[in-house]
Amino acid sequence: MTTATLAPAPAEDSRIGLVGTLRHVGALTRRNLMRIKADPESMFDAVLMPIIFTVLFVYVFGGAMFAGDQDAYKQYMIPGLLGQTGMTLALAVGTGLNSDFQTGVMDRFRTLPIGRASVLLSKIVAESLRALLSSAILLTFAFLLGFELKTGPLELLAAVGLSMVFGMSIVWISMLLGMSLRSAQAVQGVSMLVLMPLQFGSSIFAPTSTMPGWLQSFTEVNPLSALADASRALLNGQGPVAHPVMVVLIWSAAATAIFAPLAVARFRKRV
Amino acid sequence: MTGIATAPNTRGTAGNAVEVHGIVKHFGTTKALDGVDLTVREGTVLGVLGPNGAGKTTLVRILSTLIKPDAGTAFVGGYDVLRQPKQLRRTIGLTGQYASVDELLSGYENLYLIGRLLDLSRRDAKARATELLERFSLTEAAKRTAKTYSGGMRRRLDLAASMIGRPRVLYLDEPTTGLDPRTRNEVWDEVQRMVAEGSTVLLTTQYMEEAEQLANELTVIDRGRVIANGAVAELKARVGGQTLQVRPAHPAELPEMARCLHESGITNATVSPDTGLLAVPITGEEQLTAVIGVLGGRGFAIAGIDTKVPSLDEVFLAITGKPATVADTAPAASPAAKEPVA
Repeated sequence: MTTATLAPAPAEDSRIGLVGTLRHVGALTRRNLMRIKADPESMFDAVLMPIIFTVLFVYVFGGAMFAGDQDAYKQYMIPGLLGQTGMTLALAVGTGLNSDFQTGVMDRFRTLPIGRASVLLSKIVAESLRALLSSAILLTFAFLLGFELKTGPLELLAAVGLSMVFGMSIVWISMLLGMSLRSAQAVQGVSMLVLMPLQFGSSIFAPTSTMPGWLQSFTEVNPLSALADASRALLNGQGPVAHPVMVVLIWSAAATAIFAPLAVARFRKRV
Repeated sequence: MTGIATAPNTRGTAGNAVEVHGIVKHFGTTKALDGVDLTVREGTVLGVLGPNGAGKTTLVRILSTLIKPDAGTAFVGGYDVLRQPKQLRRTIGLTGQYASVDELLSGYENLYLIGRLLDLSRRDAKARATELLERFSLTEAAKRTAKTYSGGMRRRLDLAASMIGRPRVLYLDEPTTGLDPRTRNEVWDEVQRMVAEGSTVLLTTQYMEEAEQLANELTVIDRGRVIANGAVAELKARVGGQTLQVRPAHPAELPEMARCLHESGITNATVSPDTGLLAVPITGEEQLTAVIGVLGGRGFAIAGIDTKVPSLDEVFLAITGKPATVADTAPAASPAAKEPVA
């Protein structure tokens, strides 16, 4: 029995480094994507929701709007729908995190020499990929239905980018929900409860001018209205761009500033 | 503590793979661990025996850096659980009572993922995954998602996962709880193989039989305290080894049989009319032969005999004079619900 059998080098570096972190995030992202392969139903929201929403609103409600001009409504509603894509999918991060904590998988990860943030980052990367796919499906379907891009590809990318930036700020709220509520179903339920009034109490689906005053006051402060307006201005080339974009960016920065530290603190406590 | 070799220092003592001093852990008002000391020497298997809620899982979780102790120190492979968690994680492998594999991934993908997280190159991670699937007889199921696996396959996959990084110290937290006897034997075989290859193992169990099969030394804990420890053989001797059970052809003869044994100097036989069994604690083959000799000599017809390892309750009874106390609430029993969220 000699000390040599155990003594580790005292100066051994315990930090993980950028390359290591990237490798871990890559491996965990692969895991998140492989899970989709085994559970294709989990992609229904990303793939089918944009199609269902477009069909529902353009053909069910569209005829009653804009004096029956469905084409005009398409141009109005689809940019709004694109704007909220990043957010709806960000909410899946909380659900996924919750179910990882429920099973022993998170324990396994936590006994491995990886950075705590890797698990989180990989979730965000995977959900971003899902959101991008969902946006692509929405746009493809919209173009098939005759949606016209009145500006150019750069503006289109900017609209998708803005949607993703806003979605990223919602990720932190979703994470906080995911770690605070008991079950994945509860996370999903609460997320929907928060999402629905925000979605419909905004300018995404209908112009707010016909709404009662109290609702108008809500829609005016609702960041989703600014998001829809910004997206519309970017794709249709009508109306001011800078103002709604700024409003969305300020909301995103504020949500991140408030909720990211809370979520990370919660995560550290649990991890 | 007379010399450097035995005094606990900042790295633990040479030759000890795991060293725990005075670990205390509370969950709210529940005292899960109340000053536990134990050591696992390199290359040996320590069995931690105790009932549900004794604090076994809490201990393993502290030694895996999953939770922090309220007081005390612990070293694994020379690393401090509190100060050097990242280095410590490189030296350990954990197989829990709750198989922690990703059910939606295939067996291969589960192992490949862990290889990559342990910084193996793509090629090495692939090779290691393939090698361990083969070794744990999972090659055929390699491409199937883990949720299609049987309980035993899942447990084997979990064992394989904990071995990817060739850990110096393996924690097996109730590795066979909830498994049928055949699957349990499979897991035992694997553990024995790992030990033969030089792994140091800390095994928690509720079964004396399992501890006897796998461990060199035993630490018995109850309500967060160590109530006994020593070599398995030593503790077994204290407990009285095995119990001989005799099933007479005519249960009505039970009292008569006990009386005859008593006359022959075998005074610790008990009879149970409910089960129709006569039970005699025995420590060796002479006693077994003597009991059978007396009964046979008096012409009793015997329908069956069996020997059994003492149960956890019997172990506790022998050590503490009272049966094992099973806590009403087991704060460290389930992986998700155990840590207070706040």
